[in-house]
Parts: sequence; C-alpha cells; structure tokens
Amino acid sequence: MNKTIKLKIDGKVIPAEEGQTIVQAAHANGIYIPTLCNFEGVKPKGCCRMCTIKINNRYMTACTTPAADGMEIENNTLEINDIRKSIIELLFVSGNHFCPSCEKSGNCELQALAYRYEMMVPRFPYTFPQKGVDAKSPKIIKDQNRCISCKRCIKTIEDEQGRKYFAFKDRGYTLEVVLDEEMAKTMTDEIAQLAMDNCPVGSILKKEIGYKEPIGTRKYDKKPIGSEFEV
Amino acid sequence: MKEKINQIINKYNSDRSRLMDILLDIHDDKGYVDKNDINQLAKSLGISAAEVKETVSFYHFFSEKPRAKYNIYLNNSITACMRDRQGVKEAFEKACGITFGHVTQDSMFGLYNTSCIGMNDQGPAAIINDIVFTNLTPYRVVKLIEGLKEGKELRSLIYESYGDGNNADPDMQAMVNNNIRKGSILLNKNYKKFDVVKNELSKHSPEDVIQMVEESDLRGRGGAGFPTGMKWRFGRRVEGDHRVIICNADEGEPGTFKDRVMLTEYPDLVFEGMVIAAYATGADIGLVYLRYEYKYMLKYLNRILGEMREKNFLGKNISGIKEFDFDIRIQLGAGAYVCGEESALIESLEGKRGEPRDKPPFPVEKGYLNYPTIVNNVETLASAVRIIKNGAAWYSQYGTKDSTGTKLLSISGDCKFPGIYEVDWGTSIREVIEMCGAEKVQAIQVGGPSGMLIGPRDFDNLSSSDLMKWYKPSGMMVAEKFFDRKLSYSDLPTGGSMIIFNTERDLLRDVVMNFMEFFIEESCGSCSTCRNLPYIMKMKLEKILNGHGVRKDIDDLLTWGKTIKVSRCGLGQTAANPILSSILNFRHIYEQHVQAMADYDNTFDIVKSVEAANKYVGRNTEFHSN
Ligand SMILES: Cc1cc2nc3c(=O)[nH]c(=O)nc-3n(C[C@H](O)[C@H](O)[C@H](O)COP(=O)(O)O)c2cc1C
Ligand code: SF4
Ligand code: SF4
Ligand code: FES
Ligand code: FES
Repeated sequence: MNKTIKLKIDGKVIPAEEGQTIVQAAHANGIYIPTLCNFEGVKPKGCCRMCTIKINNRYMTACTTPAADGMEIENNTLEINDIRKSIIELLFVSGNHFCPSCEKSGNCELQALAYRYEMMVPRFPYTFPQKGVDAKSPKIIKDQNRCISCKRCIKTIEDEQGRKYFAFKDRGYTLEVVLDEEMAKTMTDEIAQLAMDNCPVGSILKKEIGYKEPIGTRKYDKKPIGSEFEV
Repeated sequence: MKEKINQIINKYNSDRSRLMDILLDIHDDKGYVDKNDINQLAKSLGISAAEVKETVSFYHFFSEKPRAKYNIYLNNSITACMRDRQGVKEAFEKACGITFGHVTQDSMFGLYNTSCIGMNDQGPAAIINDIVFTNLTPYRVVKLIEGLKEGKELRSLIYESYGDGNNADPDMQAMVNNNIRKGSILLNKNYKKFDVVKNELSKHSPEDVIQMVEESDLRGRGGAGFPTGMKWRFGRRVEGDHRVIICNADEGEPGTFKDRVMLTEYPDLVFEGMVIAAYATGADIGLVYLRYEYKYMLKYLNRILGEMREKNFLGKNISGIKEFDFDIRIQLGAGAYVCGEESALIESLEGKRGEPRDKPPFPVEKGYLNYPTIVNNVETLASAVRIIKNGAAWYSQYGTKDSTGTKLLSISGDCKFPGIYEVDWGTSIREVIEMCGAEKVQAIQVGGPSGMLIGPRDFDNLSSSDLMKWYKPSGMMVAEKFFDRKLSYSDLPTGGSMIIFNTERDLLRDVVMNFMEFFIEESCGSCSTCRNLPYIMKMKLEKILNGHGVRKDIDDLLTWGKTIKVSRCGLGQTAANPILSSILNFRHIYEQHVQAMADYDNTFDIVKSVEAANKYVGRNTEFHSN
C-alpha cells in the first residue's frame, strides 16, 4: 500500500495515494476534472490543456502533475472554467465538427464537453482549415477534420513489437496525426475497433459499420460527461 | 543507396536515440530522405515508418522531397525585412526562375524561407549548403547565382573576405562578423586558457565549486534566469548511473546571436565551463546542442574538443583528478526554435521530435535518457569559469546587488552599430540606445518575440513589474516564483536580444505580424492552445489592420491572450506576447485602425462580397443592385 497523503481541491480535503496524479485522486474522490487527452493506463502527455488547474497561482495540468501532500488546488472556479470553455471552442473552430452528421455523436467527448460547458457560439472565428480524409486503410477512416491531436491513438495503438500505428506529422499549426500506410494494410478488426474506441472524437471510424446504436441513446445522450465521477 | 544507409545505421549501432544523427548523415550524403530510406530506417530501428517521419517532418532542414544541388535558405527575421529582404527575395526568384518553396526543374536551385539564423546584425543572410552568406543585396544575389550557373565553386563566391577573428580560421572560413562592440569580463582575451581545469579545480571540492557559484548569484543566461548554483546542487543530489551536462547552443530566439560569437571567439571558455559543471555535479556525459544554422562551426569546435582530449582536459582522470571522467559530444539540431527549450532539446537529443516534456519532473531529476541532466546556456557556462578563477566576490562587483555580473546583449535593427555588447546588469535602456547609436527610436523589442515590445516611456525605467509579468521564458515553475520575489533582476530581462525600431517602422503590420508568423511556424503543435491560438489571434490582427476591427476586437485579443498562458512550455506561454505587449504599450496604434464608434464591423459591402464569391467559384453573374 502506498503512503496516503492529503490535498485540497477547492477547499475540500481529499486523500490520495502517493504516485497518483491529481486527476486520478480527484476522480477517485468524486470530484470531476475534465480531461480529453488523458487516457487511463498510459503515460499522460498534457496536450489538450483541458485539465488545467491552478496551484500556487500557477497553471498546471492535473493529468500530468503528481498529487503531493498539502497541495491546494483551484479547479471549479469561474476563471478556470472559462479557460476550459475557451479551449473547447478553440478545438471546434480549428476543425470541422459538424456533429449531426458524425458517427461519434453522443459518444464524442468533445461534443459532451461542449454541452457540459454550455458552449453556444464560439468566441473565436472559424478558421476553416483544409484537411483531408484518409480512407486508404481497409479497416478505418481517419478524418483529419475532426482530429484534435490528443495523441491517444498514438499512445495506445501498437502492434506486438511496440510499433506505433499512428504518429504526428509536421508541427505547429499544420500538425496532423497520421496513420502508418504499411501498418494500416494489416490492421485487424480488433485493433481498428480499439482505435475507434480510444479516440475521443470521430476522427477514427471503423469502416462498413455505422449508426448501429441510434443517436439519442448513446453514452453522453443519457448522462453528461463527468457525471460518472461526481458524487 | 541501401548499402550506404546501412552503413550509416551501423555507425550508430541501430540506436533509435541517434535518429537525429542518422538523418543528418543521410542528408549530408544525398540531401533528403525518400520513402525507401524511411522504410529501411523503420525496419532497422524497429519502429513504424510513421514514427520515423514524425521526426523527419518536424525539423525544418530535413526533407522527404528531393532537394537541389544548391539549397538556399533565406532568413526571414524582422531585421532582414528591414534591410530589403523583399528585394533580395525577388532577386533570387528572378535569377533562379522559381518562387520560394520550390526547386528548379534542373534541380540546381531550391529556395526556402527560414526563421532567424542568428545573423541579425548582418542580414539579410542566407545559408546555402551550410555556408552562410551575409549582407545580401539584389546585386550580390545576381552575381552569386550567375557564378553558380557558370559552375564556380560555392565557397569561391563569398563576396566579402572572411569575417573577423576566428571566423577566418581554416576550419571555419566564414563570411560572418563578430561585431564585438563592447567587452568586459567575458569578451576578454586576457586569460589563460584552461587555467581553471589545469590548476584550480583540484584545489576545490565539488561542494566548494557549487558554493562559489551560488555565492556569485549567477543566474541562467538562456532567458529563464534560474540560479545556476542551485541547479547544480539539485543535479548533484539526484541519484543516477550517469549525470549529464548539456550546453544549450540552440540560440533560436530571433535577434539573439551572442552565443554564436562566444562559440567563435571563446569556445575554450564555454567547454571549460562544461568541465567545471561536470566536476561540480559529478557528471560524466557532456553534450552540446548546436543549432543547425551554426553547422559551419562544427569542424572548428570539434577540433578544439580534440585538443582538449589531447591535453587531458577531457577524458579519464581529467587533469590528474582521480575518477573525474567526462567527455563532450556535439549534437547538431535540424532547425526548430522550440528545441532551445531544455526538455524539447533533450527529446531531440534522443532522436525524437522536439516536443517539450511536462514538468515535473524537471530535467535535473529526469533528463537525457532519464539521467539527471543539467542544461545551461553557453554564456552561463562561460561565466562560471570566470567565477571559479576569480572568486564570487570579484564577480559580484559587476552588475547590481541582486543581478550580479555582466550580460551579453545582441543588438540589431535601426542603429549605427549593431552587434554584441557586454554590459553590466543594471545598464539602462537609454544607455543602450546611446551606445549603439540609435536615433528616433519608436520601440525596442526586448528579449526577442517572446519578450516585450517597449516604447519610450519605458526607456528610463525598465525595472517595472510589467515586464516580468509578460516575460516568462521557459515556464519553469521555480523561475516564476523567483521572478516574483526579486523583480529587480528584470532590469534587463533577457536572453540578450534587443531589436530597435525607429519611427519610420510600421510596428503592427511589419513587426508584430512577423513575430506572430514566427510562433505559428515554430510551435511544436502539441498543446491545443499554442497550436491554434496564435493563428487565430493573427487572423484578428489582420482583421483590425484591414479596417474591419472595432474596439471590442482589441479587448478580445487581450482576453484570448489569457488562454494561451496555460500552454505547456514557454513558447506557447509567450506566443501572444507580440500582440499583448504591443497593445499594452502602443494601444493608440490599434485604436487608429479600428472603427472607433462602431460596436460591430459595419463595413460589409454586399456588392463586393458577391463579386469576390463569383471570382472564387469562377461564376460570372451580374449583380442587380437596383
Ligand atoms: C521556446 C524556448 C526556447 C528557448 N531557447 C533557448 C536557447 O536557444 N538557448 C538557451 O540557452 N535557452 C533557451 N531557452 C531556455 C531553456 O529552456 C533553459 O531555461 C536554459 O537553457 C537553461 O540554461 P540557463 O539556466 O543557463 O539559462 C528556451 C526556452 C524556451 C521556452
Ligand atoms: S485521431 Fe483521435 S485519438 Fe488520435 S489524435 Fe486525433 S483525436 Fe486523438
Ligand atoms: S506551448 Fe507550444 S511549443 Fe510548447 S509544448 Fe505546447 S505546443 Fe509545444
Ligand atoms: S487531459 Fe490533461 S492536458 Fe489533456
Ligand atoms: S461529434 Fe465530436 S467529432 Fe463528431
């Protein structure tokens, strides 16, 4: 058993185990910190910045920062929530998220977060980037217009030798997450399904199957995102 | 070709962490890496081709497409633009018959833009096949291309003599000038090379050395200003099979070129500083991360390292000190500003894309190959040598009480004497202006694009807390705290870049736009905020400059600037600074561009818009206005 420590989130004291991240500690104690790029079981990489919190008046990411004894954290505050909302809006305007026609609608974490943070019209102008759809793989469609570059597929989808199916390409504003051409050819159904499931949005879709579960009855259609953690 | 690539891979023992070197060698050999090479690399290194491409596509000087016999990288830093870069660019395009971003059909010439190459005091400058050509003019461009077309050797076309000092060294032969305008204790040839390693180190324990550096109050000169002694102490304390000293010679902040001059004239001092740091912290691995733009120095610098090995200033039992083993390898970068950020630099050293790491853990805890790693700037390391030689008390005579020592400034832009000035901390901006012969100064960019644009009302009093509020270079947790406590260190907060603009310059259209483009290009792209916001903020600035803005747009920019501060590293955290600091100090210019009385843009002109739409879709309908 690891040593138990105590930290404070918005004034509430919670216990945590040494080695846990702040997100893990919060979620285990009924406090929701929104995440997008974080994926349980793999090393975090703070890409989306959704889990931003404030410690000692500094912004930190809760998914990467280990919980420490005596930490005092600001989480559910006006300031932090507005930053989170602006990040959601930013992701919407820099892609093409036309939810009504998206197979992921209802299971999409980005969409769910937008509802939870009550996004109406984004404060930012749409940038209408020209991005492609890669449908060369026999198993999946990789729609770049919906990709939020969260890295979840990069981190979790590997073959037995640890080779990655997905990787970053380029940098800065033109950064994209692409599928390895060769490996795509031999992708199994299981891997394709896993990739689709691990993607928080509708950027990775399995081919030849769609709308099996009607929109309106899906995960976040029933309960808002985060409610699974909240007490 | 396959065989050649195999040789290269074997040279680096099929070590994935040496992917940078493997790619650099392939580029040296054939200029680019094609699909087959990438597949071969993937197979040998046991990774997917996409992973190899991840590294290849990240760096500006790597290419998956064939490049030319002569690859011309023309620097687009702001000072180059102020010295007729446009004319030079057009001359290249005309002489080569292509536009930038392309290669001629006969594969003779390739034209590319590139971010600041550390030649701001002698621009416009270009790198052609690793050789630097400074002070370009349209005339010189025409002659240069003519010469190449006639089959003349590239080096023979250097139109000025080799530069001053060691720039003319047989191993460098560069047309680059040092432009040292003022020296003090660093830029000073009056010292015995390697004296400290040879005669002083054995007299002190590693603890003593750290204490001396602590007492001197030396702070990191790379921008973040972290106390050097403290960093060394941390590094010494962390357990590890190896410890690593890295000299950060990435010098990518536009307008900075002092590390180039240090490495040209005082490489021994810098390397000696690394040896001292290794002794103090118990490190055995030494790495210099040298930006690709300075590749012309590589041979020369390696020669100096060779001489040090011969004299036992590197190697085993250095200078007879038992079990003091340390050696230095130079790693070239491949064109990425963000690799100056210490954790991105380490990722790059490990053969990956230069994507900054989340902190904690900091490099002193887990750095290069997870060993405790101390990253220091070129100038910091050189300063340490002087401190150990002459003592902390001697060093603290220079500068102010809480900002000890001297600082190298890289001054460029509208002034008579651009170049390097070594000044005491505490020097006022007004003195700087007089020193470099600047007149009719409208604004100064302090600390490069990630720093701040200041106007005359700040010239006398730079120790304003405002400056530090904006200037958060590496986003280090401790540095921030530190700044809040000792604001006086902000007398000149800076890696040393100072770009001067006179009253003729269009600050928004030319300067701020140039800086925003820089960040859009150089972001690693990993953070949602840093990847997208600079682009969107630039869109908004364009809107304002095109006369479509209203007051609220200015305020929007200010509030959006807040979101970008939650980015992972200093690049993102400061990427909005060109806009934010210019609004702070030059709001009146923004006000002049917006529609003062309007709440929203009411310049919509339906006739014009339909015309534009028609043109876009290639339709030719008449517009019936009445
Ligand atoms: C985007 C970015 C670029 C940087 N570039 C450099 C650089 O070129 N050289 C440098 O010494 N430090 C650079 N830094 C600061 C380094 O992260 C680090 O703080 C520094 O190398 C530590 O050395 P020092 O303590 O001696 O200054 C950069 C930081 C950021 C965020
Ligand atoms: S495809 Fe999906 S999982 Fe992969 S980076 Fe894009 S959004 Fe994330
Ligand atoms: S702030 Fe920008 S450069 Fe730094 S890690 Fe994030 S995306 Fe990369
Ligand atoms: S969930 Fe923490 S940065 Fe994305
Ligand atoms: S609904 Fe979110 S990407 Fe489709």
